[in-house]
Amino acid sequence: MNIETKPNDYSAYPDASGRFGDYGGRYVPETLMPLVHELDAAYRAAKADEGFKAEMAGLMTHYVGRPSPLYFAERLTAHFGGAKIYLKREELNHTGSHKINNCIGQILLARRMGKTRIIAETGAGQHGVATATVCARYGLPCVVYMGAVDVERQKPNVFRMNLLGAKVEPVTSGSATLKDAMNEALRDWVTNVHDTYYLIGTAAGMHPYPEMVRDFQSTIGREVKAQVLEAEGRLPDAVVACVGGGSNAIGIFHPFLNDEGVKLIGVEAAGEGMETGRHAAAINGGRPGVLHGNMTYLLQDANGQIEEAHSISAGLDYPGIGPEHSWLHDVGRATYLTATDLESLEAFKLLAELEGILPAIESAHAIARLGDVAREVGKDGIVVLNLSGRGDKDVATVAAHLGRQI
Amino acid sequence: MSKARIDARFAALQAEGRAAFVTYVMSGDPDYATSLEILKGLPAAGADLIEIGYPFSDPMAEGPPIQRAAQRALGKGMTLAKTLQMVAEFRQGDAETPIILMGYANPLIGWGFEAFARDAAKAGIDGLIVVDIPPEEADPLADALDAEGLSLIRLATPTTDDKRLPVVVRRTSGFVYYVSVAGVTGVKEADEAALAPHVLRVRASSVLPVAVGFGIRTPERAAAIARVADGVVVGSAFVDEVADALAMNESVTARVLSKVESLAKAVRSARVESLTV
Repeated sequence: MNIETKPNDYSAYPDASGRFGDYGGRYVPETLMPLVHELDAAYRAAKADEGFKAEMAGLMTHYVGRPSPLYFAERLTAHFGGAKIYLKREELNHTGSHKINNCIGQILLARRMGKTRIIAETGAGQHGVATATVCARYGLPCVVYMGAVDVERQKPNVFRMNLLGAKVEPVTSGSATLKDAMNEALRDWVTNVHDTYYLIGTAAGMHPYPEMVRDFQSTIGREVKAQVLEAEGRLPDAVVACVGGGSNAIGIFHPFLNDEGVKLIGVEAAGEGMETGRHAAAINGGRPGVLHGNMTYLLQDANGQIEEAHSISAGLDYPGIGPEHSWLHDVGRATYLTATDLESLEAFKLLAELEGILPAIESAHAIARLGDVAREVGKDGIVVLNLSGRGDKDVATVAAHLGRQI
Repeated sequence: MSKARIDARFAALQAEGRAAFVTYVMSGDPDYATSLEILKGLPAAGADLIEIGYPFSDPMAEGPPIQRAAQRALGKGMTLAKTLQMVAEFRQGDAETPIILMGYANPLIGWGFEAFARDAAKAGIDGLIVVDIPPEEADPLADALDAEGLSLIRLATPTTDDKRLPVVVRRTSGFVYYVSVAGVTGVKEADEAALAPHVLRVRASSVLPVAVGFGIRTPERAAAIARVADGVVVGSAFVDEVADALAMNESVTARVLSKVESLAKAVRSARVESLTV
């Protein structure tokens, strides 16, 4: 799209109409538009309310277990032979990933708005589990839409959601993965506008979701900033995160946007390889368009039909990306690399063997590029990686790829 | 000139004292040739205006019938370019019936709004409904359509309150499409008793006629809506006929057009009957 000039203050975005440069916006059917405005107003009011902030902070401390540690990965650092590597341990949060941060914020907002029914979409099931968790905590009925393909490859998470009292609706339309789950959740919302709150799990969709989810996830980056200053007395040279929709990445990037000395590196899923066309890398392999309420980079064919994404990771298996990432890419503030399925499997094993941590296969994509980044930054440097989720859910997938029976 | 075709049709029907019957079909469903044949047969079967869906892979406001129709069309290689070609072929034999395209933003964005408006006008299209471009995002598209004299037809819904209605009708031309239910196409049924006050409300918000759609499947329901609105839109019921004909190996064109005839009859006689009751 247009080459845009770098802004003086990145934190001033989006504008009032939900735009990050050309990206974002509110591309929804008219039925939803009044709700989108209502949500925006409710979010602005909550954001300014000390009581809301205090309630959220209390839950973050005592329910989620924040702050999550910033851990110096000594053996990984030695292995790569470059910069010092720190891992932001989001996988230690309650429910096992960063997804809970956003769910806490949005469930409190839904309650403020008087909504009595919660719906969500999920890919890997991490957001579905986090949503089911907060719904159980507040006694609200919860329906989670999940592609039938993902229901099959993430069975443990489906059962976890059921245990938490949520109803999981397998979605068979389209490619039966995350994008179709999101279509189905939007159809539910259009049909049940009056009592239903749509708890979107990533920093994408119609305004104000990209901004709101980013704000709730930015607690990750704010903690990292304080923790790395305490440990090293200075800011890191680079911050690395995997990107599907991009909520963990924008959460760790955002507090560093105005610190131009800190390189921000997102890693998209290259699936079977960029050259095969079977990947999920919207920025590296797509072009701008409109899907699910926002203008952003999308995988699409020459006629504007959305193409199916392909990734070993259900959480990255999405043909779009949050609009703020599209903008950060265009203005050159963040860099988006890719990692294949096989590279991510290798990275999964590496972290298990060197640090005793099973990463989510999503986060393993970021680890797959970590060596390159650490060596480029060099021995005196500091690199922080967002370890966004734990890998217990992926053990069966990894075993299958290794040809092992469990 | 294209806005003129829609305006002329509504004016003529108003003079006749009856509501417009607006039929929706998916272009390229079940294939290009059959779809063109259906299109050509629609005016004689009783369609006053024609809405042509252009298929999109991720139609978020559609229920299962139109989702599947889009999948069938895409499976046969249908594209937006071929939809324009189909309308151009239709126009060779029909210069009167207004044609309105209905679909989603993304195929238009790749084309470019200005270029698309030019090509659509050239093909003989009169107006456009884009489900996922609400008024807040519509100015670039509205500018491009205005330049070519095409109508941008907006949707008003049960959630569009009086405060918002002026936002919706601003820059709308041709007619206002009132979505009779909060939901996706072809699922919930419209309730005409609850509907009438909404139609009056929307009609009062502009000088434009109001057509009502979503959830109208039977002649009885179509007639009831025709008594209160300026137009009745039926879509999923025809798309279902395509699916049923395919499943039963019958003539798709014959089944769709026969369904159109039965609903058209109901719409045409609705107000006459209501006068004699």
